[in-house]
Amino acid sequence: MIEISDIRKAYRVGDIETLALDGVSFRIEKGDFVAIMGQSGSGKSTLMHIIGCLDSPTSGRYFLGGHDVSRMTDDELSDVRRDQIGFVFQAFNLLPRATAIRNVSLPLIYANVLPEERDRRAGEALLAAGLPEDRWHHHSNELSGGQKQRVAIARALVNSPAIVLADEPTGNLDSKTGEVVLETFRHLNCDLGHTILLITHERYVAEHADRIITLKDGRIVSDEEVRSKHPCPVERQTP
Amino acid sequence: MRIADLFQETYDAVTVNKVRSGLTMLGIVIGIGSVIALLAMGQGAKNSIESSIQSIGSNLLMVRPGAMRAGGGVSSGRGSAQTLTMDDVEAIRGQATAVRAVAPEISGRYQVTAAGTNTNVSVYGVTEEYQSVKSLTVESGSFVSAQNEKGRSKVAVLGSATRDDLFGEGNDPVGSKIKINRIEFKVIGVMAAKGGSGFGSADEAIYVPLATAQQYLSSSRYLSMINVEAASAEAMDLAESELTDILLAAHDITDPTLADFMVMSQADIVETASSVTDTFVTLLAAIAAISLLVGGIGIMNMMLTTVTERTREIGLRKAIGARREDIVRQFLMESLLLTFVGGAIGIVVGWLIAQAAIRFASIQASVSLSAVVMAVGVSVGIGVIFGYYPAQRAAKLRPIEALRYE
Repeated sequence: MIEISDIRKAYRVGDIETLALDGVSFRIEKGDFVAIMGQSGSGKSTLMHIIGCLDSPTSGRYFLGGHDVSRMTDDELSDVRRDQIGFVFQAFNLLPRATAIRNVSLPLIYANVLPEERDRRAGEALLAAGLPEDRWHHHSNELSGGQKQRVAIARALVNSPAIVLADEPTGNLDSKTGEVVLETFRHLNCDLGHTILLITHERYVAEHADRIITLKDGRIVSDEEVRSKHPCPVERQTP
Repeated sequence: MRIADLFQETYDAVTVNKVRSGLTMLGIVIGIGSVIALLAMGQGAKNSIESSIQSIGSNLLMVRPGAMRAGGGVSSGRGSAQTLTMDDVEAIRGQATAVRAVAPEISGRYQVTAAGTNTNVSVYGVTEEYQSVKSLTVESGSFVSAQNEKGRSKVAVLGSATRDDLFGEGNDPVGSKIKINRIEFKVIGVMAAKGGSGFGSADEAIYVPLATAQQYLSSSRYLSMINVEAASAEAMDLAESELTDILLAAHDITDPTLADFMVMSQADIVETASSVTDTFVTLLAAIAAISLLVGGIGIMNMMLTTVTERTREIGLRKAIGARREDIVRQFLMESLLLTFVGGAIGIVVGWLIAQAAIRFASIQASVSLSAVVMAVGVSVGIGVIFGYYPAQRAAKLRPIEALRYE
């Protein structure tokens, strides 16, 4: 599904070259729930940007669904993001004066999907993300933090992406709401089969995943299967 | 991105900050509005000048005395010379082929009194042809006749405005006596109002027989002007050259540049007046164009501010799959919407100003279709030109930097 081999990313500030990623390799299979953990400056954000096709590596290869995306142009990367990747940001990044359902529809607008089809798919995504239906037509600046993040998750799901990238999704939420959001990811992974990559600096948050990749100074220091705090039940229904 | 979605996104973006969008649009409204209003007034001024010149008469040529140069000596000035006489009139009558009628005139301003009232008015010594050449119509009584001319009768025909001044509006003064320059004349007719104002109004005038005027008023055998009606509109050029040739021969002048008269057609006068009004209109439009330019810069300013303010939003849009062209289109569309709506409102405002000018300032104004088309074109052009740079800036933002922007 995702194959990253020997990715390097260098930044130049004046004469000083900093290596944000220094030879990172790993594979993620369809249906995995993986956390990438590291302190700030470890290179985890850079790695997320590359996996999210927001940035290109200096060297190394990145295959997404069998396609080499490490050498694509800006507009090609836009198309990959539109069709293959769903983002959930720490700061939600919703359009404040648009309704929840309009926010969720936005990726479909850029994919030229017709309005009726958009509404249907946005509705499905909002149901999957667990936003109550009476909130769908509220403007996003009228929603609580937890509800906003559910809208953001629905927006990430609406184009049925190959992978959902969540960058510190609980960072702006209180711990109780954060827990609910993490359970939502678990549900999406267990019950709907979504591939999820969670980027965080907190061990506690990372432990919701099935596998934790730890980064330090641009290198992988550990890559371990863990027993999740909320493992998928053998038979579990939507809560 | 579908067109309907593009409009929806644009509409949402523009209405988020209504006050700012409105103020930005105001720049375009004022610019387009002033262009439309000023062009309308300029066009109106041109129309009214042209129509007042046209009211003088049709197919009319005017021969005026020119500067007399005695062997390259001192010029006494154009129009002041006394070179035209009745001999010239007879020569034209006898020789010109493309001419329907010849009407000599002699004019001067005199103090005119009637029972208790008086006025200072232009008195024209004319022959009976004058009426048809100048397309005048009689309201009551009759115009100067050939008998009046032959008998040097002291009779006068009043222009309608002069009748109003001397006898009051609506009164019929035919048969009354007036004194022109203290000489008593009998009123034999009143002319119908002709309209047209300013120089040489036919309504503010008194007409007397030419011979009478020569004998009692000007005491001179020279004419002020010879009005010539060409046989047709097509014959104007031929008539003009015939007149020149006949008069050069009659005055024994071989070099046309030394001619002691000048022949002017109505078209010449219209052309001269039009070139003046054209300059005037261009000047007004240029001033209005400056306000349009300022409006355009206002659009660019707002769009650049918007791009900066919405950096995160642009980053997000790119992150979820917007291509560069999607972003460019969105921002261009926003500036186009502002300028298009601003332009449309500006046209209405300009039209209202023109109507107000007609109503309250009695200035002639007419909004032409070409001005409206131009205004729409210019405002759309401003939208594209001043929206392009901000749109490009937005599209070039790198999503990771844009998303991090605080």
